[in-house]
Amino acid sequence: MPDQPQTLWEKMQSQGYSRRDFMRFCAYITAAAGIHASGLSKVAKALETKPRPPVVWFHFQECTCCSESFIRSSHPIVSDIILDKISLDYSETLQAAAGHQAEAALHNTMEKYKGEYIMTVEGSVPTKDGGVYCTIGGRTALDIVKEAAEGAKAIIAWGSCASNGCIQASKPNPTGATPIHEVITNKTVIKVPGCPPIAEVMAGVIVYILAFDRLPQLDGLGRPQSFYSTRVHDSCYRRPYYDAGLFVETFDDDAAKKGHCLYKMGCRGPVTYNSCGIIRWNNGVSYPIQSGHGCIGCSEASFWDNGPFYRHLASFPGFGIETTADTIGTVAAIGAGAGVAGHAIATNIRKRRLIKQEMEHSVKNEDVASANEQKGGE
Amino acid sequence: MSTRIVIDPITRIEGHLRIEAEVKNGKVSNAYSSGTMVRGIEIILRGRDPRDAWAFTERACGVCTTVHALASVRTVENAVGIVVPPNAELVRNLMFCAQYLQDHVVHFYQLHALDWVDVVSALKANPVEAESIAQSISPWPKNSRTYFKEVQNRVKALVESGQLGIFANGYWGHPAYKLPPAVNLIGVAHYLDALEWQKEIIKVHTIFGGKNPHPNYLVGGVPCAVNTEDANAINAERLAYVGTLIGNAIDFVEQVYVPDLLAVASFYKEWFSIGGGLKNYLAYGDLPTNGYNDPSNFKFQRGAILNRNLNEVFEVKGEDPEEVREYVTHSWYKYAGGDAKSLPPWNGETDLNFTGPKPPYEQLNVDGKYSWIKTPRWKDNPMEVGPLARLLVAFASGNTDVKEVITETLKKFDAPVTALFSTLGRTAARGLETKLVAHWMKEFHQDLITNIKNGDIRMFNSEKWEPKTWPKEAKGVGLSEAPRGALAHWIDIKDEKIANYQLVVPSTWNASPRDANGKRSAYEASLLDTPMANPEQPLEILRTVHSFDPCIACAVHLHDPEGKHLNRISFM
Repeated sequence: MPDQPQTLWEKMQSQGYSRRDFMRFCAYITAAAGIHASGLSKVAKALETKPRPPVVWFHFQECTCCSESFIRSSHPIVSDIILDKISLDYSETLQAAAGHQAEAALHNTMEKYKGEYIMTVEGSVPTKDGGVYCTIGGRTALDIVKEAAEGAKAIIAWGSCASNGCIQASKPNPTGATPIHEVITNKTVIKVPGCPPIAEVMAGVIVYILAFDRLPQLDGLGRPQSFYSTRVHDSCYRRPYYDAGLFVETFDDDAAKKGHCLYKMGCRGPVTYNSCGIIRWNNGVSYPIQSGHGCIGCSEASFWDNGPFYRHLASFPGFGIETTADTIGTVAAIGAGAGVAGHAIATNIRKRRLIKQEMEHSVKNEDVASANEQKGGE
Repeated sequence: MSTRIVIDPITRIEGHLRIEAEVKNGKVSNAYSSGTMVRGIEIILRGRDPRDAWAFTERACGVCTTVHALASVRTVENAVGIVVPPNAELVRNLMFCAQYLQDHVVHFYQLHALDWVDVVSALKANPVEAESIAQSISPWPKNSRTYFKEVQNRVKALVESGQLGIFANGYWGHPAYKLPPAVNLIGVAHYLDALEWQKEIIKVHTIFGGKNPHPNYLVGGVPCAVNTEDANAINAERLAYVGTLIGNAIDFVEQVYVPDLLAVASFYKEWFSIGGGLKNYLAYGDLPTNGYNDPSNFKFQRGAILNRNLNEVFEVKGEDPEEVREYVTHSWYKYAGGDAKSLPPWNGETDLNFTGPKPPYEQLNVDGKYSWIKTPRWKDNPMEVGPLARLLVAFASGNTDVKEVITETLKKFDAPVTALFSTLGRTAARGLETKLVAHWMKEFHQDLITNIKNGDIRMFNSEKWEPKTWPKEAKGVGLSEAPRGALAHWIDIKDEKIANYQLVVPSTWNASPRDANGKRSAYEASLLDTPMANPEQPLEILRTVHSFDPCIACAVHLHDPEGKHLNRISFM
């Protein structure tokens, strides 16, 4: 038995894959991670020289939809990820061992690979009443997450629960459900929001870290830019109907049957950053809007409190709407009683900041891109 | 002398479950089941738009995604009197079936198989022998020696890498593993196939509901529209896609899942007499063929069986406050009128009341309260729910499809009907109903096409969509069969808002602590007398607990109609 864990390339060789297969695989994940084609050689080099990074995957206050989504990944398929690309050393959903044996596997990885393991968290952490609302092996989630974060090389917050608290943190948040970045404040937490996130996005984030040995570039809210920089609205194939002022007025009406815009049915696409319109769901089969229901904004913080879901965003539907969506912070947009409206304003102030950041950022990127173009031309 | 063992976390389940058991003379002499996480979805629901409730309750569980959404839209429709169009019922049935297929297959391979299949033993297998065994039980085209050899090499590489990942610290070599190496190898190979296949069947959810997990539902119907002449709606292409997925599902279930289940079972026949537990079974029934309001035409029948008497099926009524009631005697909640009495869901109370040991703790105080799961009873009887209960109620109700599949299977094992009352019976029932559901799904798909062909393209009833058309106060109950068993939601609507919302879910029935009379629920009862070869490695306990397919996030919940304790948190 070798002392050093095998690299991916060695592993693939031992499985009878050719160098060409390996390169094709690298190209695939490069694309999946949203990395430019020029990064291919880097990906290949990273994958052929690295042992499988250990990953510990925690579940706290959650419903396991993130794990379920993850196992739906089609590129790469999940058995390839968990058997060949990473070493999933702790996962309450999939691991063979239970109880003491499961805990031993966790602690073994935390000690042996201190500073090397990737920690992923599915679920929020209850902080009220000493954390009694979620215990594992008799210990609170709070205790466990703090201990594990110490030696983690990277921390990924899967889904909206870990990223922003999701449903259990919506009003009145009975258990003090808290997102990971508010519990672990001394390390970067990569937020991959969504209820759940898209499978290939989850896989893409792991592949990114694995291939480049660094964290993906994050936006101002800590989300990987490669998957969360576009509004669902801006990538929506029904956008032309919105621009033309053609809207579904009630479910199953003639407009619904023709696939017109769902804005009036409460679609949150204009205020939601996600890849649903681009990558789509379950290997590109569809996404909520394509299947006739508005986006409920599940990757945005506080989306549960920005309802009711079927009340459309503020403002007059039609040509003028774009302005409103982009300057939404100035409008008490989503009214549903004073309490919720108050919260919505807070969200919208954040949103305005985000939109501003995004705009500044995109300007900066354009500058870089045009500078690169000029260089290329020289 | 008895030994106290604690298994926490119980892995390969959904949610946070802890089992404490006493082992005496190599057998479990007492067991306690505890849910150790709570979120409070019911209180969060209060004051919200009832039409949004499906999305909130769907998040009760991401493993059995959709089931709460379905129960929820039915609950609201029941409260305000909405009847959905036949096509919407068919689409809901198709989504229901897709969920069963995915969930049961993943349960058998990803969550349960490693209780029976020794992964490390597969390394010793002869792939030629695996091929010959596999081909003798199934025409599945992938069952070749080359394929088994590849899988074996893959496992070998994993073991040699020194990083066993999800297989690390498993109970490999445990004396309770009985499969020959070749069968273990088949199991491991199909574990990987199942993992790859399951992501296909759920595309039915993506087509009709836009995504999976957590597809979209709609009070009054389904959100997707039909238009045979447009690419933006359910059309010939989408329907053909669903048809292909169903065909592949039937192949997978008949050529992989069921043959593997029967093969594995044949090596573990003693488990047909272990883990029976309770003698009462409850099913709400589901898969309407003539609308939700006509349970006599459900594919799965509604009813209760007491004391394993298959000659009598009792009627079950969700709206009767004397039928389903919940205790909190041993749960971390308190009732205003004292914890000794049970309450019906419409009048239920919950007030979080953690009285357990301060974490970190070694053992729970099982004489007091010891779980976040409440204890439901049907006419004060503890009931088992799930695939076994469903099939028994259907069998006893004279369901011919169910009778046929059960009789045929029992004949194969030369076993009496009583063999079903066991750990393996539960696991077998799940596989058998999967086969039935796959074929029923094909019927529903055909019915949908026929309706569309005949010009009925309605998917939504808009009549009572606007809450202002509703009565000032309305109460509703929605019943369903989640993959894990009987599921019901109760709603009380006041002034167009949710005044009270309650979920009593399958794992609440099965995983709950004792009631006020000290009566055990299903997990605790079924673990009694489980043989333990080595209490340090509690493989046998995992077998029985996993045979229920625990789903704990759904099972723990809270609400508080009086708003006493929780009202202190201001609502802004």
